[in-house]
Amino acid sequence: MRVLLEIKHLSKSYPGVKANDDISFDIQEGEIHALLGENGAGKSTLVKMIYGLVKPDEGEMILNGAPYAPAKPSVARGSGVSMVFQHFSLFEALTVAENITLGMDDAPNRKELSEKIREVSQNYGLPLDPDRLIGDMSVGERQRVEIIRCLLQNPRLLIMDEPTSVLTPQEVEVLFGTLRKLSADGVAILYISHKLDEILALCDHATILRMGKVVDTCTPKEETAKSLAEMMIGGELEIHAATEFNPGADALVVENLELPSKDPFGTSLKDVSFTLRKGEILGIGGVAGNGQDEVLAVLSGEEKVSAEMIRLDGAPIGDTGPNRRRELGLLSAPEERLGHAAAPMMSLVQNALLTGKIRKSLAPRGVVNYRKTAGFAQDIVQQFDVRTPGVQVAAKALSGGNLQKFVIGREVLQGPEVLVVNQPTWGVDAAAAASIRQALRQLAEKGAAVVVISQDLDELMEISDTFAVLSEGRLSRPQPAKGLTIEEIGLMMGGELEGAADA
Amino acid sequence: MDFSSLNAVAMIVLLIGAATPILLAAIGELVVEKSGVLNLGVEGMMIIGAVTGFITATTTGSPMLGFVGGAIGGAAVSTLFAFLTQYLLSNQVATGLALTMFGLGLAALMGRSYNGIKPPRTERLEVPGLSDLPVLGELFFSYDPIIYFSLVLVIAVWWFLNRTRAGLVLRACGENHDAAHSLGYNVQLIRFGAIMFGGACAGLGGAYVSLIRVPQWTEGMTAGVGWIALAIVVFASWKPWRVILGAYMFGGITILQLSLQALGISISGAYLSMTPYIVTIVVLVIMSADRKRASLNAPACLGRSFHASH
Amino acid sequence: MLRLEQRPTPSRAMLYLTPVMAVLATMLVGGVLFWAMGIDPFKAIYLLFIDPFVDSYNLSQLFVKASPLILIAMGLSLGFRAGVWNIGAEGQFIVGAIAGGAVGLALWGSTGWWILPLMALAAALGGALWALVPAVLKIRFNANEILVSLMLVYVAEHFLAQMVQGVLRAPDGMGFPESRNLARNDPTSLPDVFPALGIDAGGVVMLILLAAAFFLLQKHALGFQIKLTGDSPRAARFAGVNPSFIIAICLGLSGAAAGLAGLFELTGAAGKLTIDFPVGYGFTAIIVAFLGRLSPVGILLAGVVLAGTYIGGENAQFLLKMPAAAVTVFQGMMLFFLLGFEILINYRIKPMRRAV
Repeated sequence: MRVLLEIKHLSKSYPGVKANDDISFDIQEGEIHALLGENGAGKSTLVKMIYGLVKPDEGEMILNGAPYAPAKPSVARGSGVSMVFQHFSLFEALTVAENITLGMDDAPNRKELSEKIREVSQNYGLPLDPDRLIGDMSVGERQRVEIIRCLLQNPRLLIMDEPTSVLTPQEVEVLFGTLRKLSADGVAILYISHKLDEILALCDHATILRMGKVVDTCTPKEETAKSLAEMMIGGELEIHAATEFNPGADALVVENLELPSKDPFGTSLKDVSFTLRKGEILGIGGVAGNGQDEVLAVLSGEEKVSAEMIRLDGAPIGDTGPNRRRELGLLSAPEERLGHAAAPMMSLVQNALLTGKIRKSLAPRGVVNYRKTAGFAQDIVQQFDVRTPGVQVAAKALSGGNLQKFVIGREVLQGPEVLVVNQPTWGVDAAAAASIRQALRQLAEKGAAVVVISQDLDELMEISDTFAVLSEGRLSRPQPAKGLTIEEIGLMMGGELEGAADA
Repeated sequence: MDFSSLNAVAMIVLLIGAATPILLAAIGELVVEKSGVLNLGVEGMMIIGAVTGFITATTTGSPMLGFVGGAIGGAAVSTLFAFLTQYLLSNQVATGLALTMFGLGLAALMGRSYNGIKPPRTERLEVPGLSDLPVLGELFFSYDPIIYFSLVLVIAVWWFLNRTRAGLVLRACGENHDAAHSLGYNVQLIRFGAIMFGGACAGLGGAYVSLIRVPQWTEGMTAGVGWIALAIVVFASWKPWRVILGAYMFGGITILQLSLQALGISISGAYLSMTPYIVTIVVLVIMSADRKRASLNAPACLGRSFHASH
Repeated sequence: MLRLEQRPTPSRAMLYLTPVMAVLATMLVGGVLFWAMGIDPFKAIYLLFIDPFVDSYNLSQLFVKASPLILIAMGLSLGFRAGVWNIGAEGQFIVGAIAGGAVGLALWGSTGWWILPLMALAAALGGALWALVPAVLKIRFNANEILVSLMLVYVAEHFLAQMVQGVLRAPDGMGFPESRNLARNDPTSLPDVFPALGIDAGGVVMLILLAAAFFLLQKHALGFQIKLTGDSPRAARFAGVNPSFIIAICLGLSGAAAGLAGLFELTGAAGKLTIDFPVGYGFTAIIVAFLGRLSPVGILLAGVVLAGTYIGGENAQFLLKMPAAAVTVFQGMMLFFLLGFEILINYRIKPMRRAV
């Protein structure tokens, strides 16, 4: 097979982080090439450079023997490189044909296009009716539109970003059929995923990224899920779980939790169960998009379920709202700092009031005691070393790390019985991250129960007493963190829910 | 009931005359809203069109130039709205209201020395043979050119939106401006153009009022017709042919009232006048409640400012 | 070419400066406009912007005209802050006047200090209910409250016409479509409190409510929730705020305020219900709300400035043969400038960086 695309020493930095560091690999014509790695490994940045959305700082690319440096996506498309994004650019009120026309640089007339759509979509096993409205289609069908849109421009390289995260198992099979046919027709596919079983089943070659570098390349047919997981995680995972902990009484019991997703791009939670005891830290790992936001929303009270699905100190609270849960001692900190955990244009004082109103009695009889609130904000700033000119500045003026310290500190200083945090240290510098983890550990040592949802396995291994993985809305059975091996973790992340329980 | 005092044909002709300014303003606003912008300043643009059209016609002696002047006036004043909302990211609701107030006042100022003057007459269509037919002649072949133009315009807008690529791109901006932007389209420029088109249509509608319908200039003469045009766009579920229906219905209400009185039926005029607005609310509720009927809903990005983040 | 660069924190200086800049810019551009139309610009600007505040007769009129604008704008500002757009204040104003007026007319002939307060209560209730229609339709069906509240303005206008021709028509009014004159009837007439300053009972109520609004926004948890909903709806949900409640309370309160203003107008300046009763206060109040940057103190000042332009406009009509409607040019212009300058609060204007 001829080489289609050569990637040579590609590097890209952003302020504070080197997203891609000296990346080199080749893609052959007609090959299905996997790009594997955890979140933050640098996959999206690399792919954006190939598609012309971002310019590399260093390095070069060679497509079909000629230098390739697309200034924008339309140039990439003109050169035969097409991409199907994870988040679709589709217009709900328009038809399939109209959507495809909009995304094409050189569209034929209506009749011709409709014909072509029917033909190509049938040909590749993804039949589409050109006159259907996108709004009436399922997510899987919508993805077909995106794919056909690319195919109609005769690409030589098709990049697919986490394509199966929105598909049912049956639709995944159909997609694989299509991709294999494309490959047989000479179209190379760059397949970005973290799903080990898919890569094993589908891909000819795999390049594995970790922390912006290429750490390995392999031929999946010669590997196993275990070996892939080891390559992905790095094999250097230090597991120093907390020393023997003495769990107390049951603090939070979640039983058979079901939460159907209202948003087609969201994840439905299915049959989630765990028991959290006082003094315990449960670490929930998993790649983004597997239900983390939903788990937080259902525990914070923003989403409601049947009362008995969640019990706090024995009392059923599944159908109560955020403030009632705060009263009872269940606090949370969502992933999105600006716009969810904190209001960007409001001051730190006002943001302290946002969740602290109840447990800190900041508004007895409805009238807000702003002096007391400012005092609370000051306490947070001092005790959590939040670097800020003062408590009156807007939340969005703070750096990510400092705002995160504020957000976590705000909840910790309210003395929760149970604290749930989602991605507590993402985008945070090392020192701030360390102090946040420290605070969480101390909270548990004092007897509170903590759930930490995170994509950072190192972090979870450092602080968790028990560990579980969230995969497509299902939670694996929590295992003690101590003694967990990398392969077990890798398996859990690939979808093996029973973990090593039976081993 | 005594039907002899009713002249049905005359009624219909009056109805169409009353409806045409609303029709023109509404079809323009439909295009604007399809691109994702809610321009509440229709009343302001119409009255400016009325006064500029009037001044142009009386100064040049040509009613046709008057209509052109009205359209230009409406488009010109709409650029204020377009600039503020697209490039200075101002709140569309407030800016539209400001446009209305500003337009009403500016028109009063401009027109103050034109009170009581009669504009040059616009000739009605004269088709030899056809116009002289007894009923059909009056009903179809004797209108002023603007009425025919308005109907052609509606068809042209339909064709533009549904059958041309430019129209498709415009609709895309109204449905998902982020996706349109990421596909490489200049959302702000497209919306600017749509807003100016809306202004030209509203201006033309206003000129119709001052040059044909009345015909004269008085301040405030559009009398709320611009707001009705906004309602009609909603009533029409953003579909061009339904705008004709809506405009003729609204315009016909007053005529209906008169004819009912002439027949001696005493349904209170006030309750009858309310019905179009209540019907609009009902239609709006039905459309908003059923989110799955995507084709009937308002453009998804209607009223939301577009901030290009890169 | 220029581009917009976001500021890290909103500029406090610009927050206070923009309304002032808007007024000054209006005076400047307005002056040019007058000059282009052959009207003495200095005289016109003086009459419109300065004279209303220095002449003592004008001052007494100032508050009378400003009061309804401030009252309505204050109610509207609560909703605007939360992203709830009540454009139908004119309709709520009318319905409030009808409700309160109906009570007063029903009790015609009786006396008692309690009549006027009862009318006020009915007016507030009427206005609130009229505003709750768009609220319910938004909560239940996600219907756009801008269009629904606007449509209801027309319904209210026609309803008024119906009432003054029928049920509320003065029996000995020679068949004219108007009600009895409530301002000339002692028990239903709005009493003056400080006539020299133009403050009547309505004005006093307005000031009390303004203080209450100030307190609500600055000190009360509900005020915080309203501001939070406008800033960040997701954070508001996280904080346990019920969005339906916010919609209902904002529309309800602004409707009540508009209804009250309607009653004060009826029992004070207007006197009787006629078809021409609505004078556009509901729409002008929207401008007052924005010009006052949605804050109680700002609205007070903006209301006074706009009322001043109304008075100045009347004088200019008389002295300069300027049409009265021309005053709206300036009000529209002020709002345009304010909206235009507002971008400077969150963005800086910078020259476009050249591509490297």
